[in-house]
Amino acid sequence: MAEKMTIAAVNEAEEVKKQNQFVETFKRLCRNKTALIGLIIVVIYILVAIFAQVLTPYDYAQMDPISANQAPSAAHWFGTDYMGRDILTRLMVGTRYSLGLGVGAIAIGVIVGIILGCIAGYFGGAAEELIMRFCDVLQAIPSTILAIVISMVLGTGFVNTIIAVGIGRIPLNARIIRAQFLSQRKLEYVEAAQATNTSQAKIMFGHILPNTISPLIVNSTMGIGGAIMIAAGLSFINLGVQPPTPEWGAMITAGKEFIRLYQYQVLYPGLFMAVFVLAVNLLGDGLRDALDPKLRT
Amino acid sequence: MIRYIIKRILMIIPVVLAVAIIIFAVMYFAPGDRASMTLGPGATQEEIYALREQLGLNDPFMVQLGKFLFQTFIKFDFGTSYISGLPVAGELAARFPNTLILALSVIVTQLIIGLPLGMVAAIHRDGVIDHICMLIAVIGISAPAFWIGLELMIIFSLNLNWFPASGVASLACWVLPITANSLRGIAQMARQSRSSMLEVINSDFMVTARAKGVPKGRLYMHYALPNALIPVIQTMGNSFGTSLGGAVIIESVFSIPGIGQYMVEAISSRDYPIIRGTSVVLAIAFSLIMLLVDLAFAFFDPRIKAQYEGSVARKKKVKKAVMSNG
Repeated sequence: MAEKMTIAAVNEAEEVKKQNQFVETFKRLCRNKTALIGLIIVVIYILVAIFAQVLTPYDYAQMDPISANQAPSAAHWFGTDYMGRDILTRLMVGTRYSLGLGVGAIAIGVIVGIILGCIAGYFGGAAEELIMRFCDVLQAIPSTILAIVISMVLGTGFVNTIIAVGIGRIPLNARIIRAQFLSQRKLEYVEAAQATNTSQAKIMFGHILPNTISPLIVNSTMGIGGAIMIAAGLSFINLGVQPPTPEWGAMITAGKEFIRLYQYQVLYPGLFMAVFVLAVNLLGDGLRDALDPKLRT
Repeated sequence: MIRYIIKRILMIIPVVLAVAIIIFAVMYFAPGDRASMTLGPGATQEEIYALREQLGLNDPFMVQLGKFLFQTFIKFDFGTSYISGLPVAGELAARFPNTLILALSVIVTQLIIGLPLGMVAAIHRDGVIDHICMLIAVIGISAPAFWIGLELMIIFSLNLNWFPASGVASLACWVLPITANSLRGIAQMARQSRSSMLEVINSDFMVTARAKGVPKGRLYMHYALPNALIPVIQTMGNSFGTSLGGAVIIESVFSIPGIGQYMVEAISSRDYPIIRGTSVVLAIAFSLIMLLVDLAFAFFDPRIKAQYEGSVARKKKVKKAVMSNG
């Protein structure tokens, strides 16, 4: 009887193990109410970004001087700007730019950070020393200042802003990945892969990396909000993405000119951005808990 | 301990030098030629060349870099503004205190608002207070500081007329910029101190202390807090960096004559010596604060202390321990 039970337990354990990790994480995430709310809001924003033009009757670039600076009403929920363009429409279209900025900047930071971190953590020695000192130096510059300097040199525009914001994320990611690699590179499975003559690139990216990626996922999700806010800050000081592009930060900046007369022109773009950043942060918090092995039950 | 401090102070020199080199190198490739900008569109090719020669702009990169480092770190000369012709160093010295006030106020407000908020949340884990504190914290990190600044300006100076919207003429002027700049730091601190307090509260020695009947106030202040402090100090250091960067933008929202406003004004006119000077000074200030954070670590974290303690002192300690046990 006892033997039977242990066999059953082992079978059960194996059953649990076989479940896809992604599905498992997703399930845990959905159990967390705040994270679920975050996820839903993020999905809504993504849908809005895709279907922006279908959802509103207005065109985001069509100027209409007659209806300029209208306060929020049933026709224009968030009012109109100084050119008579519907603010809500512009915000919805702007989701593409702001989301693109946030995700793009994080992607640059992640990709370059992973490559540098893998090399540093796997090979060690002089390469590690060089990469880590480089990270030290980049981290000694406050990220907003770094973004300002790079953005000034590269000039304004969508892609340049992504690069300017993304570079500041590299050292953090490289550090995380390196630390993870250091704890993994002496383990048996790496030795086994080396013994079977697996190529070093495959060991690094195919074997070790998947085991080390989860802190990076959490960190990057949380970083998207920060990246969007730095990009908005750049727009505010005449760098970054410039009007008439309907990026959220650029819209706040445009509204600032009329701050004494039409205060809603600053309020709504900021709120629109804050809700998204809030949702991303809630999602990131939830992901951290869901991926944390200490909290697994 | 002394050895650790000296080592850490010496380590900062190459970092600061490398930061200056990186900033110089990046700006070196920036578009816009100083000579043609100074002379205006009417200048001939020869005039531009002559001025470039005179300014040393025709020198090879390494020579220019060497000159820049020599001027900056030996003579503390950051060059002169392209536009006004005034020396950058004097302007920086005059404006630095304003930026420092803005950045340091974040650390102060973190300590007096963020830390208690996080501790209270941790003590009342999963209660109503916890949820309210964390909601405030999560909202605080979700809105960009410059937008909060604009909204505060709309509400408290344009509509209610309680505080002035710009300048540094009186103490009241500082209320809005400091609030806008430190909200994010406060929120981060609340989150960090909550999670590190939670870790400590659940540890065995806290259970023992509670079982012994240590009064609640003493339990949290003397037993839990010191053990939760290390990540808290780390957060303070990090948010100082963020707030230095944030100050750049907040200063231009509230027209505070600080380093950030100086930098932002120089961006549109491509006044490179100013940008170079401000970013180097801000990076140095940040590095120095990080140095202080590390030293504070060493002071609070017994593990680092032990690593650098001389072997004699360690032996003495062991002897003492043995004797007291015997």
